[in-house]
Amino acid sequence: MEEKKNILGEVLEESTEVTEGTVAAEQTEDLHGENLNDRVRVLSPGMMVAKRFFRSKLSIVGLVMLVALFLFSFVGPLFSPWAEGGQGVRDEVNIKDTIVPVRIDYVIDGETYYFYDITTETPSVNNYGDMDIHHWLGTDKSGYDILANLMLGGRISLTVGFVVVILETLIGVVLGGLAGYFGGWVDMLVMRIVDVISCIPSLPIMLILSATLNALGILDISRLYYLMLVLTLIGWGGLARLVRGQILSLREQEFMLAAKCSGLSTSRKIFKHLLPNVLPQLIVSMTMGLGSIILMEATLGFLGLGAPLDTPTWGSMINTAMDPTALNKYPNFWIPPGICITLAILGFNFVGDGLRDAFDPKMKR
Amino acid sequence: MVKYVIKRILLSVLILLGVSMILYVLVRMMPVSFLEAKLAASLGSGGSDTDYAERLAEMKAYYGLADDSFWGICTGYWGWLTKFVGGDFGSSWKYLQPVEEVIFKNMGVSFAISFVSLILQLAIAIPLGIKCACNQYGKLDYFATVLTMIGISFPTFFLGSILIKVFAVDLGWFDVGGLQSNLPTTATDWERFVDMLWHLVLPMFLLTVLSIGSWLRYTRTNTLEVLNADYIRTARAKGLSENSVVYKHVFRNTLIPLVTLLAGTLPGLFGGAMITETVFDLPGIGNIAYKALLEGDIPFIMGYNMFIAALTVIGILLTDIMYAVVDPRVKLGD
Repeated sequence: MEEKKNILGEVLEESTEVTEGTVAAEQTEDLHGENLNDRVRVLSPGMMVAKRFFRSKLSIVGLVMLVALFLFSFVGPLFSPWAEGGQGVRDEVNIKDTIVPVRIDYVIDGETYYFYDITTETPSVNNYGDMDIHHWLGTDKSGYDILANLMLGGRISLTVGFVVVILETLIGVVLGGLAGYFGGWVDMLVMRIVDVISCIPSLPIMLILSATLNALGILDISRLYYLMLVLTLIGWGGLARLVRGQILSLREQEFMLAAKCSGLSTSRKIFKHLLPNVLPQLIVSMTMGLGSIILMEATLGFLGLGAPLDTPTWGSMINTAMDPTALNKYPNFWIPPGICITLAILGFNFVGDGLRDAFDPKMKR
Repeated sequence: MVKYVIKRILLSVLILLGVSMILYVLVRMMPVSFLEAKLAASLGSGGSDTDYAERLAEMKAYYGLADDSFWGICTGYWGWLTKFVGGDFGSSWKYLQPVEEVIFKNMGVSFAISFVSLILQLAIAIPLGIKCACNQYGKLDYFATVLTMIGISFPTFFLGSILIKVFAVDLGWFDVGGLQSNLPTTATDWERFVDMLWHLVLPMFLLTVLSIGSWLRYTRTNTLEVLNADYIRTARAKGLSENSVVYKHVFRNTLIPLVTLLAGTLPGLFGGAMITETVFDLPGIGNIAYKALLEGDIPFIMGYNMFIAALTVIGILLTDIMYAVVDPRVKLGD
């Protein structure tokens, strides 16, 4: 989110600078003594994009969903007693003490005595807890609060999504840009690599790697870094293809000829003149990509091969649905994370769709 | 055209070669001790010691696992490649059968689900997509867009779990998983067939709901493009009825890109839906592959992934060729 806002912000700033100049020029030509700004609203391209974006109800819904999920995951744990310092806290308070009185009768010399044998059954941890005021969504099988796990899991799932998308974009932009700009054998080489990567079945590959990580005994948090690395290596092809295609068409346009005539350096031509023009499609692609990476992480988690098992992520939480008893008796184990995943993907898709329409200059609506 | 196709086929072979290299290196990253343990476990207690040793030696020789140096990996890959090209795909450890037999034996269920689901998707998505495009920004359009978005965003396993919970557990209409229920031995073939179909209803429904969105969106965007074309204006200008314009002129031209896209569904049709089959515990190729992948069944992993990669390559190739076949305006070749 942060990254995207920055990029958008830069676009906005640049474009407002340009329009400020034109506004100043217009003000000097003011004929009737009144400010032209009162009659004509000057909209920078960035503002037009924002206006078009916020005109669509779906994109606002998507944005609201995403902001809510982010607040829930990153701010929510601060207010939960079951998540201290970013770690889940086991509910070890024996709020479920059950007292079992057993009446025992004695008959001594014809008289009946009785007493109660009272045993207290104290669960060491409050696992499989019901939904109540302490645990809004109950507790899981190890006694962790599900709501707190949901927030902490959201942190990891969303962070994985962002890290992977940013890495993918870096690789995709650099390699796609090189291929598109230089063409020839560079293009041939990069695009054949992209072809190979796009033909590798991604889910089986992830499964093989997870099995390998299991075999190598990498079960702690470093597993997540490997997962991110592999997700990146599998996923950059699409972005590279997009950047290359865009640059191929852009470099034939007149403004690039002008840039060449002005004797600009290659890196300046690429980074100042070509890439900003690819940015709209890139942002749309990144937004949509975030959804699919979160889905991939969740899928791996569901198959029990994602993040380490004691680390809550949305994927590993929904993994409980593989267990028939949890599936039937404890829908509070797997429905909340499922809803979170769906909302996140839906949110990114809505926002991505809205951005696509907003960036498209052909959309006059 | 012929030249173009030959060039593309050669390129496809090159791509497959690249895929096989990456796969082989990945597979070699698995520690040998892990593989030995898995092999021992999959052979079970039934196999004698000589059987195990024999198989282990055979496996090591086949994949060149004994040597972990760079040169060893290279020679191992070369050994694998020559056998693979010669048609010897190896024998699965988990299923104790040649890989190609395992794949073809279990492909039926996967193909049935995917095929029926594909037909359903097209039958619903194409008319609906055209309707939506004809009334752009109408109520139906909005509704369909939101529904497709939700369909696209639902994770397979989550919707599958909900379906099982609601329809199989709570309502009890279906079995929780599997392909057959316990029928009496007197049951006729027809009854068995109906029983099997009944087990496939939920998976088919799941696949249809999840994939219908992309078809619908594609049809809609395409129809919108066609509606703006000059020949549609001509058709309207010469006084054709709206129905005739939409169902004769727009419809046919919308189909062009859809037909080409059909070729791209090849891996999905034959390669199995891994998650759907795992959720419903169906004996399809996806589920079989999932279990083999977990067990580190190298021959099957290599065979299955190459199979999928080949399907993908053929799918892409067919898409491009179909484009030229269906649309006479497109000329292939560089």
